Amino acid sequence: MRSSTVSRRTFLQTAAGGALGVAAGLATTGRALAADLTVGIVYVGAKDDFGWNQAHAVAAAALKLVPGVTVVEEENVPETDACAKTMESMINLDGAGLILATSFGYYTPFVVEEAKKFAKVEFRHAAPLWNKDKDPKNAGSYFGYLNQAHYVDGVAAGLCTKSNKIGFVAAKPIASVLSNINSVLLGARKTNPKAIVQVIFTGDWAMPVREAEAANALVDAGCDVITCHVDSPKVVIETAEKRGVKTCGHNASQAPLAPKGFITGAEYKWSTIYKGYAADLAAGKPLPNFLIGGYESDFVQNTPFGAGATEAAKTGAMAAITDMKNKVPIYVGPLKDNKTGKVVIDKTYGNLDPYLDKMDYLLEGVVGSIT
Amino acid sequence: MSSGVPTVSELPTAFGAGKPPSAPAVRYDLGVRLRANSEYVAIPIFALLMAALLFAVFLLAIGKSPLEFVDYVWRGGFGTAFSFQNTLQRSSPLILTALALAIPARIGLIMIGAEGALVLGGFAAAAIAVPMVGAIPPVVVIPIMVATALLVGAVWVGIAGYLRYARGVNETISSLLLTYIGIAIMNFFVEGLMRDSSNPNKPSTKPIGDAYMVGHIPGTDVHWGFAVGVVLSISLYILMTRTTFGFAARVTGGNYRAALAQGLPVGKIILSCAMIAGACAGLAGYFEVAAIQGRANASLAAGYGFTGILVSFLARHNPVVIVPVAILFGGLVASGGLIQRRMGLPDATVLVLQGLIFVVLLTSETLYGRLAIFRAGDAKERT
Repeated sequence: MRSSTVSRRTFLQTAAGGALGVAAGLATTGRALAADLTVGIVYVGAKDDFGWNQAHAVAAAALKLVPGVTVVEEENVPETDACAKTMESMINLDGAGLILATSFGYYTPFVVEEAKKFAKVEFRHAAPLWNKDKDPKNAGSYFGYLNQAHYVDGVAAGLCTKSNKIGFVAAKPIASVLSNINSVLLGARKTNPKAIVQVIFTGDWAMPVREAEAANALVDAGCDVITCHVDSPKVVIETAEKRGVKTCGHNASQAPLAPKGFITGAEYKWSTIYKGYAADLAAGKPLPNFLIGGYESDFVQNTPFGAGATEAAKTGAMAAITDMKNKVPIYVGPLKDNKTGKVVIDKTYGNLDPYLDKMDYLLEGVVGSIT
Repeated sequence: MSSGVPTVSELPTAFGAGKPPSAPAVRYDLGVRLRANSEYVAIPIFALLMAALLFAVFLLAIGKSPLEFVDYVWRGGFGTAFSFQNTLQRSSPLILTALALAIPARIGLIMIGAEGALVLGGFAAAAIAVPMVGAIPPVVVIPIMVATALLVGAVWVGIAGYLRYARGVNETISSLLLTYIGIAIMNFFVEGLMRDSSNPNKPSTKPIGDAYMVGHIPGTDVHWGFAVGVVLSISLYILMTRTTFGFAARVTGGNYRAALAQGLPVGKIILSCAMIAGACAGLAGYFEVAAIQGRANASLAAGYGFTGILVSFLARHNPVVIVPVAILFGGLVASGGLIQRRMGLPDATVLVLQGLIFVVLLTSETLYGRLAIFRAGDAKERT
């Protein structure tokens, strides 16, 4: 009895001791950090979400091809101190010299605090939040005006719809979402004056069940082209495809989800920005603190046409893309809102005009309400 | 242990003569206790090793090296000063939420409502602080925030405790459902009445400001929540094992009817344990707001309340053991990032490991009392 006790215990001890020994031995084997620049990219969700995170991951993949650049990525990082610790870990353990924080809620307090803590590391965050008076100089913002690509979607959708009704599943009634909805309307009206946009708000960024319900409700209401602004458009696009209507995408490419009905989609082109940062750092130039733009800066793009795009839609969309590159304005005033008929856009505004960032209305021609 | 065994034959005479236990008897007693208690150490370690083995098979199946994995867990979670502090920081909320499960578990109640109490406690602390910021000094406001978080958390889980005692409602279900209600209440206020209008894109309360935050433990990068968690673990261990209240609670957990028959205040005990649990979770919420976020928003519901369940089960609901287990889990989470980055494994990998640990651990429960090597009976048979 006793000998068995001893042997078993000895076995456990040996096993535990052995495991520790192996761990200690491995810990001393360092990993060579070969690259000139290590870029750490932090995502709030999965890299293959067919949406916001995927758009960044696609750009990260492009950045990996740049010689001398190493990319380290971490997905599903919540907007808690976990993101602060992830950034620190990338700096301390991977030697990251540039951190790209891609979720809105990472900025305050985490990016700001980390930038103060690591003055030699550059931090850039994907939302126009950097404040030149308050925030550290090694932090900054970048953002794309996706509404320009939504405008192109609108042009194509207006030419594809037979019922003249375009459905829009939206997350929250904040300025960037409202601008996308209004841009779809103005794009559609450009080629199809009878087009209207019908919108349903789900109330949050990721509400798969409500998104499916909203897509179904819009199809039931007679919409034959569906588009959206939610974090991951997967559910909306798949639901619409099942119902046999056409779709326009958002954030990343959803073309594989709708082999029959996909027209085109509004996509970010973060790779332009990311490669630009890498080139600036390689050349020893300071990084821009505030970087915003649309088609004219190559920050946004449209997904290659799918089977749902008619020839007329393709031609119209290509022309609209040329317009956007040439800074042809989308918001040509006067334009009225859809609630009171009041003129909300009094004159013509340039596509990056700060006045448009404060948008809190839907234009006449949109069916749906913010409140 | 072997030294204690030969003296066993002296025992019957020592007790039979009605004398106070002699020195050898004490040594025997210690030996038996050591032997019996080693079961509680050896079986969980065995379970952890089994889980590690299964996980190694999983890694091999997807073509990754288990040794590399161990290397990164070590380096990402424990191997450097930064990594270890990262681990301690991440373990802080887990200690408190695990205590929230462990205390009711000592009286046989499985209450999994820590997430809701954390969210509401944190929200309440921020909500009460916001109007006072700037007007009243932090010395006054900080204790008020702590008290509010404790109270709100206590009341929230206390509801489930009351329903259990007074209405016989299953405490596991009610505490879980209360969690969703708690999160909804926070969202209601944060997106409505208490929303900071200067932050249009992420609904939050107004910030409480740097002066009202609690800092780090001096010389480290770990916030005070960790120290408080350790102190609380020890205090609650003493409460549950060395006091009349703890004894009454254990009797209630062991046999509810017997406790009633003994005239123990069963209702009060159940409610107290539930409220202590809620207070621990509320405190975790306070530290999330006052040490990390600086405001209350949806990020409070980060799942700490649910990971705490795992930690408490692995610690067999022993408040003191919760601390090392929480550190182990904090280390796994802390190293999860490095594993993603270096091994190209998805984020879910660490969740797979956690799940395996949990399943193997629950399975290993069946081994208690079945392995002869841990039984004191062997010694008795020889007499």
